[in-house]
Order: sequence, then structure tokens, then C-alpha cells
Amino acid sequence: MHLALFIIFGALCVAGALNLLFQRHPINAALSLIVVMSSLSVLYLLLGAEFLAAAQVIVYSGAIMVLFTFVIMLLNAGKEDRTHGSKMAYIAGIPGAAILLALLAYIFLSRQGAFGQARLGEYMVSTAALSQVLFRNLLLPFEVTSVLILIAILGAVALARKEH
Amino acid sequence: METSFLTFVLINIVKVILVVVILLMSVAYTVLLERKLVGRIQNRWGPSRVGPFGLLQPLVDGAKLFLKEDLMPLAVYRPLYVLAPMIALTCALLSISMVPFGADIRWHGVQLFQVSDVSIGLLIILGITSIGVYGIALSGWSSNNKYSLLGALRASAQVISYELALGLSLIGVVMRAGSLRLRDIVGVQSTHGLLSWNFFGGFQFVAFFIYLMAAYAETNRSPFDLPEAESELTAGYHTEYSSMKFAMFFMAEYANMITVGCVATLLFFGGWTSPFGSFLSGSGPVSTALFSIFWFVAKVFFFLFLYIWVRGTLPRFRYDQLMGFGWKFLVPVAVANIVVTALWMGLLLPVH
Repeated sequence: MHLALFIIFGALCVAGALNLLFQRHPINAALSLIVVMSSLSVLYLLLGAEFLAAAQVIVYSGAIMVLFTFVIMLLNAGKEDRTHGSKMAYIAGIPGAAILLALLAYIFLSRQGAFGQARLGEYMVSTAALSQVLFRNLLLPFEVTSVLILIAILGAVALARKEH
Repeated sequence: METSFLTFVLINIVKVILVVVILLMSVAYTVLLERKLVGRIQNRWGPSRVGPFGLLQPLVDGAKLFLKEDLMPLAVYRPLYVLAPMIALTCALLSISMVPFGADIRWHGVQLFQVSDVSIGLLIILGITSIGVYGIALSGWSSNNKYSLLGALRASAQVISYELALGLSLIGVVMRAGSLRLRDIVGVQSTHGLLSWNFFGGFQFVAFFIYLMAAYAETNRSPFDLPEAESELTAGYHTEYSSMKFAMFFMAEYANMITVGCVATLLFFGGWTSPFGSFLSGSGPVSTALFSIFWFVAKVFFFLFLYIWVRGTLPRFRYDQLMGFGWKFLVPVAVANIVVTALWMGLLLPVH
């Protein structure tokens, strides 16, 4: 059951990502990205991270991608033009990506034991347990991260503000 | 009692079909209720010709919408134009699956009054609502019409802004219950009837009003119905839609209203529990079931009535007022509510 769901949504995720690259219209690309994010949330759920799955849908597929489509609609972006691509991409990019993929696959397969006990559908981390860890054991890093995001917001406001 | 997989699946399928049929029927009759009530508010009768008191009007309306010609304008972007009403209706119907309608009564190990009891039910409702925006956004963009696009832009901006206030207003309730499961949230409020409801005993009335206003904005209802302001945008995002596709948007709007009423009932008004504690809440399984359904329906009906009452009473916001109200008033008050609730719980309540 879990394996079947994993295969379905993993395939959907990869298909969405490929569609994102091949679509020529930005709004179709944005919609493919929503498919990718939503199927990722199902994968999180299968690994037992219920809160992360819900947050993924609410924050990424909901809020952030709505902003993306909003901007695309507002700018009325047209179809993109296809170019032949740069030579560098063919010479360095494709072998580089292949090497990176092979390296990551090798590390993931050889060091399986070092990645914690997350398995498909074995247990569910409850939201209460997650918040215990976030707000007791990891309180300082958690709060520091929120300050970091606040600084980013302030930076955006400072950049967007016009001089009077 | 051991149940086989087959009976489990069968009971669940019957349950899902029943819930969807009842929801769609209540959508149809909410439309009638709205037309009747707004009629009375404006000193006229409302629909009164079809059947006794106009009670068969929804069926006739449905037949009319179904038989109308489904026009496909030439300049629309077809895939998204067809997809958009489906997204809107699917999301509106999906979120009802988390709502518990009555007491926890099981038959062959299956909960009778809830489609699925999920430990993050509240978050899932929020997630489905946030996906539902795409129905409106894409319909406006794919229609290739200025009014539709403007309506869709307004809707997206409005929903993103008010979703924040809505999410923040629920945190006080979640803190009180210590759980995101809707049954647990109702369980906290079921001890002393009316006095232990989050609205009264939980001191979450500020959160309730923030939730109510944000939810009205989320469902694009008056006084926040700018996405379909007929005086400025003809019909807003569904200007180009006709026949069943229009009906799907219409049903989605009313289904969302019902969901908001259900969530408000569950989170702030004790769900299916009786307002008088154990009085009028039943003793055997049958009477418990009947009473819990009765109280739940009565409370949801009150919220639907409130929706219509507000629509018949209040004028529409201006766009800058809408944004200012959401960001400068609702969000800070919601944050203050979280802080006050946290302090109250931390300092005054005994630690368990």
C-alpha cells in the first residue's frame, strides 16, 4: 500500500518536474510546479511527517505558488522563445549533472544506515512531539531562523521602498 | 467486532456518497434560504411559485442550469478554462470530509458521522482551502476577459491576505485543545455545555470574530465580495462561464459557506455537543446520535443565517479598505490574541 502510493506520487512528482521544464507558457509551468509540491507533500506524509506535509501544501502549493501565478497573471507574461541553448550547457552542464546524480545516488545507497530511521509508513511523528522538539530542545536555532527571515523581509521592504 | 476489508470499504463508500448527496442538497437549499431571507430583508417575498412556499425552486434551478447551452467562448485558453471550475468544486467538496457531524458512534468499527478522522484535520481543511484559490485565479486568467482577470487578481490577493489572519486566529483554539484533530478540539469543549465552549469559557471570542471576518473574505461573500462586484466587474471571475460550469462555481461558493459554518461550530461552539451539558444530549446510542446531529445542524444553520443576514445588511468594502482592514487590523489583533491566550494558559491554568 505505502509502496504503491510512493511509486504513484513519486512518478507524478517527476512527471510534473519534467513538464515544468518542457512547458513553454509560464502559467503551465507554474501549475506543474504546484503538482510537484503537492506530490512532495504526500511523500512527506508517507515518511511519517504529517505536519511537514500539511505545511508544504499550505505554504508552498497554497501561498507561494498563488503569488507566482498572481505575478504571472499580472504581468501577462507570454510564451517564452526557445533558443538552442549555450554550448557550455552541453559541454559542462550535462556531464556535470550526470556526475552529481551518480555521486548522490552512490552516497545515498552506500550510507543508508546514517540517515536516521525514517522508513515508508512505519510510524507517524505527531505534531505535538514535533513541537516539543522545536520549542524545547531546539528553541534557540528555531527562533534565530525566524529572525533571519525577518531580516530578509526588512531587506525586501528597504529595496522596494522608493526614495522620497 | 472484527470487520472484513470488504464491509469496511462498502460502508465507507456508502458514507461518502451520503455525505456528498446531503452536502449538495444543503447547498441547493442554502441558495433558496438566501433568496428567501434576502427577499424578506428587502421587504419582498422571494421565490414562492414553485411548490409550497417555493420549496421546489432549487430543483427547478438545477434543471435549468443543467439544460442550458454550455457556451465555450473562442478566445479562452481551453484546458484551464475547463479545469478551473472543477478545481473550485473539488476543493469545496473535499474539505467536508474532515468534519465530524456527530458523536463518535461506530458501526462495524467505522465512524458513522465523519468521513475520515485525521490527526491533522484542521490543517488539512486549511490546505484544501488554500488550493481552492486556483479555481478562481485560473478561471479569471483563462477566460481572456478584463473583468474576469481583475476579479481573479482581487480574489487571489484577498485570499492570501486573509488566510494569514484566519490561520493565526485558530492558534488560540489549538493551544487550548493541544491537538489538531477536530474531535479532540470538540472534546475539550464538551465538559460543561455552553460554559466550556471556546467562545465563552475558552475566552476565544476575539479569535472567533477574527475567524468569522477572515472566513467571509475567504469565501468571497459580502461584505468582502469584491472579486464578483457586479457594479464594477459585471460578474468578476465567472463572467465568461455558463451552464454547468457556472453552476460549479456557484455550488463551490455555497459549499465553502457550509464548511466555514461547520468549522466555526466545531472550533468555537462545541461542535455536536449540547449547550446544556448532559441535558438534551441523549443517553442510548440512537438518541445520542440524533441529539448530536440536531445540535450540529442547528449551529451550522445559525452560521448560514448569519452569512445571509450580513449580506443583506452590510455594504461592500472598497479595495484599499479591504487590504488595510486585513493587514493592519485583523493580523495584529490575531497575534495579540495568541500572546494573551498563551500567557493566560501559562500563568493561570494548572500545568498538566
